[in-house]
Amino acid sequence: MSDPPLVPRPEALVRAVRVGKRFGETEVLRDVDLSVQPGEVLAIIGPSGSGKTTLLRCIAHLEHPTSGHVEIAGERVGAVLDRGHLRPMSDREIARLRQGIGMVFQRFNLFPHLTAIENVMLGPVQVLRRHRSEAEPLARELLRKVGLAHKADSYPERLSGGQQQRVAIARSLAMQPRLMLFDEATSALDPELIGEVLAVMRDLARDGMTMLVVTHEMGFAEDVADRVVFMDHGRVVEEGPPRELFRAPSHARTQAFLRAVIDRQAMAEAP
Amino acid sequence: MSGWGRIWDALPLLLSGAMTTIEITAGGFLIAVALGLLAGALLGARSRAVRAAARVYTDVFRAVPVLTQLFILYFGLVEVGVRLEPLQAAILGFGINGGAYLAEVFRAGLLSVHHGQTEAAQMLGMTRLAVLRIVVLPQAMRIVLPSLANYAIGLLKDSTLASAVAAPELMFLARKLVDRTFLGPQIYFSVAVIYLAMSLPLARLSRLAEARAGRGRR
Repeated sequence: MSDPPLVPRPEALVRAVRVGKRFGETEVLRDVDLSVQPGEVLAIIGPSGSGKTTLLRCIAHLEHPTSGHVEIAGERVGAVLDRGHLRPMSDREIARLRQGIGMVFQRFNLFPHLTAIENVMLGPVQVLRRHRSEAEPLARELLRKVGLAHKADSYPERLSGGQQQRVAIARSLAMQPRLMLFDEATSALDPELIGEVLAVMRDLARDGMTMLVVTHEMGFAEDVADRVVFMDHGRVVEEGPPRELFRAPSHARTQAFLRAVIDRQAMAEAP
Repeated sequence: MSGWGRIWDALPLLLSGAMTTIEITAGGFLIAVALGLLAGALLGARSRAVRAAARVYTDVFRAVPVLTQLFILYFGLVEVGVRLEPLQAAILGFGINGGAYLAEVFRAGLLSVHHGQTEAAQMLGMTRLAVLRIVVLPQAMRIVLPSLANYAIGLLKDSTLASAVAAPELMFLARKLVDRTFLGPQIYFSVAVIYLAMSLPLARLSRLAEARAGRGRR
C-alpha cells in the first residue's frame, strides 16, 4: 500500500501520473503518482516547499505540469483527445472541467465587493445560469450549513478570517463539485478560529465528499483522512492510513518531520 | 448693460453648441473607454505580439498632440478617400487619443486586483472573459473611476479643440457670434457658465459612481 500502484485503479476520481513540475531551475514536483477514490479524504502533509500546494494546483489546472499528467474521472486535465491527437483544452473546456472541482484557498479569496450570500450565489447564477430565485435558497442553505446564516448580508471585510473561510467553502459547494481541494485552508487563521473551519471540513468528509486536503493540522489529518500522503522535496515519500503513518512512519524523513511538528504543537499547548 | 440684454438672443445658438460639445464628449468618452479597456487588458496579455501591439497603440497616440490627430483624421484621410464629417472626426479623434491614455489607467486598475480573485473565479468555472467582466473589472473600477472622471471633465474642456476642424461645438459657435456681434465679454462669460454647468454635475456623478464601486470597503 505504501507504493502507488503502477497501473492506478480505474475507478479513481483523481489520478496524478508521474507529475513533474519545474519553475525554471527549481524542480518542485518529481514523478508524483497519486490516486484518490470517490468519497475518499486524502491529506497531504509535508514541510513547506515540499510541493504539496503545487500538486494541488496542478490538479486544479492553476499550474501546468512540465511532465506527466492529471486525470479527473478519467478525463485528462488540460488536454483533450481530438481526432487521435492530444490538444490543449480551450478556455471554455477548462472552465467546464473546473465546475466540478471546488477549491478553498489559504487566503480565502472571497469577492470583497459582494456580500456573503452574493459570493455563494455567484457561481450558480453566472456559470450554471440558475435563476436567482433558485440560487438564493440554495445559498442560504449552504450558509446555514457552515453556521453563517446570520451573516448572509455581510461583506467579507466585516467577517472574521474563520467566517470568511467558511463562506469560501459554501461558495465552492454551491457549484455542487464532485471533488474539493483544500490548500492550507487554516494556515492564515488565528489559532482560535481554526476549529470552526475544521469542523465544517469534518462535516463535509462525513457527508462523503471526496477531498484532497493540504494541511499542517496533524490532528485533523489523523482523525478525518482515510489516507495520508507525506511529501518532501517534490516527491511522495510515504503514504498510508493515518494510524500507520503517524504511529509508525517507515521513512526516516517522515519520522523527523512528524517529530518536529509534534514537538512544536506540544510546546504550543504547554502551559 | 445693453450688451448683456442681447445675450438672450445668442442663447439658443450657444445651447446648440453646448449640445454638440456634449455629443463630442460623450461619444469620445465611450470610444476612449472601450479602446482603453481593450488596450489595457491586452497590455497584460500572455502573447508577446499582442502586448507589443497594444504598447505601440498607447505610445503612438499619447505622443502625438490630439489637435494633430484631429487634423489627420479630418484633412489627412481625405487623401485616402475617407471624408469624415467634423463631428465624426472629432469624436473618433478624441476617442482614439483618450483610449491610449486610459489604457494605462485600466491596466493599473486590473493589476490592483489580487491574483487570488482571478483564481477563485476560475475555480467556479468561469471563462477568462467572465472572470474579467464579473470579478476583476468591478473591483478594478475602484481604482479606475477617479481617473475616468478626471478624463471626462478634461475631455469636456478639450472638446474646444474640435473647433479647429469646424465642428459646431460651443467655443466654435461662440467665436462666430463674437465676430458678428462684438459682444466678446458677454458671450465668453456665458460660455464659461455653460461649461461650468456641464462639468460640475459630471464631478458629482463621478463621486456617486465611486461610492458605488467602493461597496464592501471602507
